[in-house]
Amino acid sequence: MSGRVLVGVKRVIDYAVKIRVKADNTGVVTDGVKHSMNPFCEIAVEEAVKLKEKKLVKEVVAVSCGPQQSQETIRTALAMGADRGIHVEVSGKDYETLGPLQVSKIMAALAKKEDAQLIILGKQAIDDDCNQTGQMTAALLDWPQGTFASEVTLDGDKIKVVREIDGGLETIKINTPAVLTADLRLNTPRYATLPNIMKAKKKKIANVKPADLGVNLTSRLEVLKVEDPPQRQAGMKVETVEDLVGKLKEAGKV
Amino acid sequence: MAAPLVRFLSKSLRQISRPSWGACQSGLRSRTTSAPAVAPNQAGGVVAFPPLQTYSEEESMMRDAVRKYAQERIAPLVPMMDENSVMDEEVITSMFEQGLMGVEIDPEYGGTGSSFFSSILVIEELAKVDPSVAVLCDIQNTLINTLFVKLGTPAQKEKYLNRLSTDMIGSFCLSEAESGSDAFSLKTRAEKHKDYFIINGSKMWISNAELSGVFLVMANVDLSAGYRGITCFIVDRDTPGLEICKKENKLGLRASSTCPLNFDNVKVPEANILGEVGHGYKYAIGMLNEGRIGIAAQMVGLAQGCFDHTIPYTRQRVQFGKRIFDFQGMQHQIAHVATQIEAARLLTYNAARLKEAGRPFIKEACMAKYFSSEVATLTTSKCIEWMGGVGFTKDYPIEKYYRDCKIGTIYEGTTNVQLSTIAKFIDKEYDR
Repeated sequence: MSGRVLVGVKRVIDYAVKIRVKADNTGVVTDGVKHSMNPFCEIAVEEAVKLKEKKLVKEVVAVSCGPQQSQETIRTALAMGADRGIHVEVSGKDYETLGPLQVSKIMAALAKKEDAQLIILGKQAIDDDCNQTGQMTAALLDWPQGTFASEVTLDGDKIKVVREIDGGLETIKINTPAVLTADLRLNTPRYATLPNIMKAKKKKIANVKPADLGVNLTSRLEVLKVEDPPQRQAGMKVETVEDLVGKLKEAGKV
Repeated sequence: MAAPLVRFLSKSLRQISRPSWGACQSGLRSRTTSAPAVAPNQAGGVVAFPPLQTYSEEESMMRDAVRKYAQERIAPLVPMMDENSVMDEEVITSMFEQGLMGVEIDPEYGGTGSSFFSSILVIEELAKVDPSVAVLCDIQNTLINTLFVKLGTPAQKEKYLNRLSTDMIGSFCLSEAESGSDAFSLKTRAEKHKDYFIINGSKMWISNAELSGVFLVMANVDLSAGYRGITCFIVDRDTPGLEICKKENKLGLRASSTCPLNFDNVKVPEANILGEVGHGYKYAIGMLNEGRIGIAAQMVGLAQGCFDHTIPYTRQRVQFGKRIFDFQGMQHQIAHVATQIEAARLLTYNAARLKEAGRPFIKEACMAKYFSSEVATLTTSKCIEWMGGVGFTKDYPIEKYYRDCKIGTIYEGTTNVQLSTIAKFIDKEYDR
């Protein structure tokens, strides 16, 4: 199988940053906070670039939906080895309500427009932890899906995917075109070397609007409140088992 | 603290300043070094003179890439390298792989093809994690590579630049046992025979010597002509007669090897002269002016790295019922040190930008190197105090920074030499 791979990359708050909830409880503080590429998206890019290096695919296209700053994330993907980028411009209110349903509609439309044969996404984003975009994209395109992939092998026009599931590992074989979502152990993403960063400057990032793809961004969800997890209460020490049972009965737990 | 502020500023400014930075640079280039004029605002209210902590997208990406690489692949090896006084091979290989050893070399020769300022940022980021690794990168980029790029014949560039950017380390050999600051009184001589030279003598304090594949040796072809006989020779490691002696057992920068060299009738073909005969002194001064900015960047990174390890401790350690950070005495000391680091960084960045703009920069480079090395000494000393007893132990990285910083006031031009040079420039300024 040779052809085009679309890789979705999301710009999220950096994993090392301490998250703070906004004073009005409508969300988390993002202004002036360090952002970077979602770690699972990095793994997705790495996998796509590896496939290209093995000459199993011809072109890797990095896609990101978001405001102007999403271009930085696409540049990082280019520096890792993607050939070109597509920036789907979404900003303001639309960006605040952007969720898996809208993104999967965009990805599906792009897949058709770019004649992609493979879509690789991270299994979930570390800001919303939705774990839905890959699955929804596959459903919209009526393509098979290999999610939580920890190993991917291309075999003619089929793909063998080893999936990490609750009970252990599951191996499936799916037809192409297909959607894959990357799990942690799929690979170790490469560093963008300085020469590759320089080369990335020359690679193109196309600008696209969701309306151009015929996608409606209205959200069916409304965020009512965002708050910190409850403060952990102090525990109690007891001397004997009888005391423990007594305390549990008092608290109405037994 | 300086670091997050820098990141925030650079990120928000990058958007608005990128189009104007080019205009700003060309505007600066056409002006002389006298009083700064007030710039009219460009259309759209964009500021024409962005702050020093303004980076092109390329520079920002490089800095972030090096930061990540240094944290993940170099940091774990630092204590071992310091203890054993050895640079891990994996570090060297990955430095080449990442393109850090040929930042300014043209991609045609396997380099990264970026700017001087990028190499300054790379050196600063590496120094935050390990100043020894930073000095390896600094010498390669600002001394060795620059000499070959500026002075190399096409044949020499063909032979060496590719290797310097992909797998070969170079050493710069100027100092001798009897000539450090008084560099031009060097005694290593090169006798001319037909189409080759015989070099005899010895060098001292040569960094990276243990691992270098090529040595740029300053030798005198005519001692009676004084410094006008100094010539730069390219000597390959395997040349018969070249002896690399046992490395020094140093206080700091231990992972970087520093060795004496002996030259015993070393035969070097005439084709291995870099530049012109008798012009070596000029090249040495010229290169060291630029290398100075690299050392300044190393010292700034060292100070910042040490500071970054210390502040979290002060915010966490509680004595007398409050964080030690909350004591006013501590706050004042910390703020003072942070200001010094910021000033050192700005001096360094400005010197680098001046050099890139082709404007006079020697005085500023001297100021940057002198000031940064002093700031590094102050910062590391204070950091040990703030950490208390644990700062004094090898379990924490602070004491290593303290040991590493001291060479900053000594090598590539001692503090006294820098100060004298600055004074000479000041004297000239008031001539008019």
